[in-house]
Amino acid sequence: MIALIVNGQKHEVDVPPDTPLLWVLRDTLGLTGTKYGCGMAVCGACTVHVNGNAMRSCVLPISAVAGSQITTIETADHRIVRTLQQAWIEREVSQCGYCQPGQILSAAALLASNPRPTDADIDAALSGNLCRCATYARIRAAVHDAAKTLGA
Amino acid sequence: MHAIDNPGRRTFLKAGAALGAGLTLGFYLPPGRAAQQAAAATATSFAPNAFLRIAPDNTVTVLVKHLEMGQGVYTGLPMLVAEELEVPWEQVRVESAPADAKLYGNLSWGGTAQGTGGSTSLTNSWDQLRQAGATAREMLIAAAAALWQVEPAALKVESGSVVHLQSQRRATYGELVAKAAELTPPQSVKLKAPTEWKIIGKSLPRKDGQTKATGQAQFAGDLKLPGLLTALVIHPPLFGAKVKSIKADTARAVPGVKAVVQIPQGVAVVARDFWAAKKGRDALIVEWDETDAAKVSSDALREQYLALAKTVGKVAADHGDAAQALSKAAKTLEATFTFPYLAHAPMEPLVCVVQLKDDACEIWAGSQLQTLDQAIAAKIAGLQPEQVTIHTTLAGGSFGRHANPTSDYIAEAVATAKAARELNAPIRLMWTREDDIKGGYYRPLFVHRIAASLDAQGKPAAWLQRIVGQSILAGTPFGEMIKDGIDFTSVEGASNLSYAVSNLRVELHSTQNGIPVLWWRSVGHTHTAFAVEVFIDELATAAGQDPYEYRRALLADHPRHRAVLELAAEKAGWGTPLPKGRGRGIAVHESFDSFVAEVAEVTVQPDGNFKVDRVVCAVDCGVAVNPNVIEAQMQGGIGFGLTAALHGKITLKDGRVEQSNYADYPLLRIGEMPKIEVHIVPSEAHPTGVGEPGVPPIAPAVANALYAATGKRVRDLPIDPTALKA
Repeated sequence: MIALIVNGQKHEVDVPPDTPLLWVLRDTLGLTGTKYGCGMAVCGACTVHVNGNAMRSCVLPISAVAGSQITTIETADHRIVRTLQQAWIEREVSQCGYCQPGQILSAAALLASNPRPTDADIDAALSGNLCRCATYARIRAAVHDAAKTLGA
Repeated sequence: MHAIDNPGRRTFLKAGAALGAGLTLGFYLPPGRAAQQAAAATATSFAPNAFLRIAPDNTVTVLVKHLEMGQGVYTGLPMLVAEELEVPWEQVRVESAPADAKLYGNLSWGGTAQGTGGSTSLTNSWDQLRQAGATAREMLIAAAAALWQVEPAALKVESGSVVHLQSQRRATYGELVAKAAELTPPQSVKLKAPTEWKIIGKSLPRKDGQTKATGQAQFAGDLKLPGLLTALVIHPPLFGAKVKSIKADTARAVPGVKAVVQIPQGVAVVARDFWAAKKGRDALIVEWDETDAAKVSSDALREQYLALAKTVGKVAADHGDAAQALSKAAKTLEATFTFPYLAHAPMEPLVCVVQLKDDACEIWAGSQLQTLDQAIAAKIAGLQPEQVTIHTTLAGGSFGRHANPTSDYIAEAVATAKAARELNAPIRLMWTREDDIKGGYYRPLFVHRIAASLDAQGKPAAWLQRIVGQSILAGTPFGEMIKDGIDFTSVEGASNLSYAVSNLRVELHSTQNGIPVLWWRSVGHTHTAFAVEVFIDELATAAGQDPYEYRRALLADHPRHRAVLELAAEKAGWGTPLPKGRGRGIAVHESFDSFVAEVAEVTVQPDGNFKVDRVVCAVDCGVAVNPNVIEAQMQGGIGFGLTAALHGKITLKDGRVEQSNYADYPLLRIGEMPKIEVHIVPSEAHPTGVGEPGVPPIAPAVANALYAATGKRVRDLPIDPTALKA
């Protein structure tokens, strides 16, 4: 049994230790907001926070995150994530929507360390999050909006 | 106001009437189980037709017959219903319609099949959904008139209620559903005049915005069913290779693996979850028979196509005498353009969930050709199509990939479920990213060769274009659309050249090589627009004229092309000077009955590396139903086209695809996304699509900008920066 805390809730899972965190979240815990896109940490769709850091859960063995605090898109009380979600809705960012949970989690990690990012900061922080619908312009705008809201 | 009445409309209203709760109409039987289910779910609702139902709690549920893959149909289509129904947007819910060609056929395709493609969703639903909403509105008025014993003319609707003007008596739609459900739909309804629109033309919020930002949106792979198993399939390493032998012992020994089964598409590993299936598949040893496999290399194909482009092909367009005009011309120009295979690579790899039983099959997928998928699934399962239920889920992008005439991934899922039938469990078939990139159904490799001559004024006198590439339609159920050997999807955007050229000839060589190909966001226009728009720029240069003015003069008979061209040029500041190392390029193209012009600005470094700084886009898509969605689709189309212009390339060596994931098939990243401005031409024309038309002009606009900056012509995609070195 491996213990982990997801969105403040404690879970114990009985899975092979090499199982990536992504599949524990999706298949074991039923938290399907975190997405599979590439399986090799090059698209960012699976981004979650592990102890506050944005990580690619598709290559992260569950054994490596035992006891960690995990935040996913389903979080109910992460202020930055919730603010970003609202900005995403107001900016009408999503098209197909599949990559957006990962985009939001990467953006949340950025805002946690850099409350007033420039366009260049956003481009750098989100360079590993692909969006095939190319919603990038609105992503930038929504991150700025959220930064303003959080700073207000 | 204008009355609408035609036989087709009556037929669908009757069909819809049969769905109405409380309505028992003997003259029409609902066409299938799916439609019955749609009605059954709503025993207390008012469902005047197949497109909406109103519940006693005042919610209006619009059934959308098209796949939502990001393009906004879950928003734009319900807006049409809400407009005529006069209902607040917040009261509107969306549900995907079941598969049913009679009720939900795509009217742009003759109504015989349900499906989404060719940027037709809004255009084919424009009258249908407004009529559906207006019918419901008239029936609710009639219900109130009957209840209150007043004339319908004394009533009006506002914001989800019927109001009696004189007495100010008022009832919400929800309060009227029981009475309305007893009524017969009117034979004809009046649609609102554009001046009366309150919803059409407004940037109302997307219906899927909230769930997509919070991770609650349900894609096929997110479905939870009791006992759900996951299957991964090992596919042949070469297209057309067959399983020779299987060693499955190690795979079966992986904890969680439930079965290893051979299917026509390869070998499926069925397991407890993704990770077990993945480990099982990795442990599987399959030997392949490559006798009949396609062993082609893309470099060799390109050479072969370049040679073919020098020979006469089948005629796709022929006006005047291009050959003679060219032979007599004092000045001719010639250029060759090449385009690689491209994968769609939507962020969500293909997923299909199948629950197969002896007498029924349920499918959850981002189905894009629902009735074809249903028929193919039925055939594999040994069932009748009406025994197959398709639940169309959201798709995490598609760009054409889900609209597969072979229903490939759905067929694979049903075949797996059938082969693993003894497990008696629902099966979620998943493709990995590697399966996706290597899995074929690419935008075909194409070569274009164009020769043209200029007259004394510098205008093109003759234009001879030869196009070489695989037919997308050949060998599919859509093959009958090939006329006189011409697959229009190979030549669209070239055979109907908009520029005034008195001697035009377009020829096509349709090749065959065993690589599966498919439509890819904007289909033929992905290459024809590039060849035409780069070459017209070359002609302008040869004529010593400004590329914008040159186009404008040649489009005198095409006012909609000209309007977007002028708008984009004006907003972009065409003609204003740019610093050294920067350049501005323009392109205009019609696709799917919409018109788009784009001006790109680039900065080029001495080493040839460049950045697209800014794109100004003008679009005319008829009535702009939701300007925000239109803007999003232009932005997205430009980004999608930029991926192809900058990065996109699938290559094959001896039949093996050389790319496998986003690491070697890169997509545009956020830092590469230019500033984009979108301007919409006001129009009262019938609305047309926006999903695809933003794509075609961007690559040629960038290529033309690079020429302006460097004096070097780009004729091959993706763009090679080393060729731009100073």
